[in-house]
Amino acid sequence: MVSPPIYTHDIIEQFDALGVGSLTVVVLTGLFTGAALASQTGITLDQFGARPVVGRLVSASMVKELGPVLAALMLTSRIGSGIAAELGSMVVTDQISALRALGTDPVRKLVVPRVLAGIVMAPLLTIVSDFVGVFGGWVVSRFQLQVSSDLYWSSVTDALYSQDIWQGLIKPFVFGFVIVTIACHVGMRTKGGTQGVGKSTTLSVVAGSVAVIAADFFVTQILVLLLYP
Amino acid sequence: MTTNGAVIAFEHVNLAFDENVVLRDLSFNVAKGRTKVILGASGSGKSTILKIIVGLLRSDSGAVSVNGARVDQLSETELMKVRSDLGMIFQEGALFDSLTVRENVGYKYYEETDKPLEEVDARVEEVLGFIGLGEHIDKMPSELSGGQRRRVAIARALAFKPGILLYDEATTGLDPITAITVDDEIVKLRDLEGVTSIVVTHQLRDAFYVANNMAVKNQAGQVEIVEATPQKKDETEFIMLKDGRICFEGNVDDLRQSHDPYLSSFLS
Repeated sequence: MVSPPIYTHDIIEQFDALGVGSLTVVVLTGLFTGAALASQTGITLDQFGARPVVGRLVSASMVKELGPVLAALMLTSRIGSGIAAELGSMVVTDQISALRALGTDPVRKLVVPRVLAGIVMAPLLTIVSDFVGVFGGWVVSRFQLQVSSDLYWSSVTDALYSQDIWQGLIKPFVFGFVIVTIACHVGMRTKGGTQGVGKSTTLSVVAGSVAVIAADFFVTQILVLLLYP
Repeated sequence: MTTNGAVIAFEHVNLAFDENVVLRDLSFNVAKGRTKVILGASGSGKSTILKIIVGLLRSDSGAVSVNGARVDQLSETELMKVRSDLGMIFQEGALFDSLTVRENVGYKYYEETDKPLEEVDARVEEVLGFIGLGEHIDKMPSELSGGQRRRVAIARALAFKPGILLYDEATTGLDPITAITVDDEIVKLRDLEGVTSIVVTHQLRDAFYVANNMAVKNQAGQVEIVEATPQKKDETEFIMLKDGRICFEGNVDDLRQSHDPYLSSFLS
């Protein structure tokens, strides 16, 4: 992966397509999830007279669980399908064979830049999603639940420990790798013309989504053991 | 080159996909500067032969040599050196649809070498000029006709000056007039550039056209396609495949005179 040739412009292109291109969907998902979370937890907390700590629940849930998982699911549907369709189309139209015949290793040229983009951009997008989600929670807390801004933001920071933040950063790193690896694998093994491309695209999204949820469980178990002794 | 002077040599090659036997004990040679036309019905293993030569597929047994290198034994990394002298024109062209004609034709130089861009651009323009598509240099493949796409595919294979060109059904699906423009390129490359070629096709019209014509430069330096001399005709050899075996091998006159029932049905 680190020996020449390194296709730098393909790596930059994939960082842009995967990262910048996914920003809108991740921002919207994070915003509405954080807002809905605050709204739901506000009702529950009212039963215990604990509405002022709504920020704690929003930040802890977003940073540790919902931010990484929802951003990953959005990435699966957006870039997992795109990668599988693109590589699948290249396979069925002999473009991959043409690459090999021209002396290019398709894995280095097509897979490596996408995997690098996945493992770097997924954590960055998750950070954005977390911030926007907490912001969405503030909007609901302030204007619907009538919790003061100072109280909300202090409770957001009170609830977060360094272990939580590490957990929120390590998970998307794994998810990014899983999503892109599955999409590339499925795409490169496409058979059967345009129908095969359709099947690969569907399989990439389904397998990627299930893998993200499963990986979330296992990574959580490992991180809980390692980070919360 | 192999010991018998052939640049491509198949010796007792067999290949099967599960129960489906594609090639059975296949042996043939292609000498430098010659053209081998491989005929056969769809599914007879013609394209498979080309993929074995390039190293995209591996035979189950037998020996396959290209310029003296045993491609059936080389690793993917080692194959890259062999491929540097091989150009392949795929069915439907297999152009990179997200790249322009310029980027497609110069792909190998742009992506795999440090050659200065000015030199690469000059080579791309030279090759596109040779096949008469210079004005389409900045178009996308989707903006080209089927015949133009095949010719760009030839230009891409030709750009890095390979000694061997492999044409996989280069004229299939094209109308007769457009197909002849592609055939003319095959003839020009053979006669003017000295390229060794294997032409896989099931279209006899194109196979006979390549065998019966030759390219020459007139006094004004322009390229003309004229009727081939008997000696030139002999430089194009034919193979007919049936059920993965060679059922005919000879020149164009041998093919026309054959009384083999399968050949007769194919020729009629």
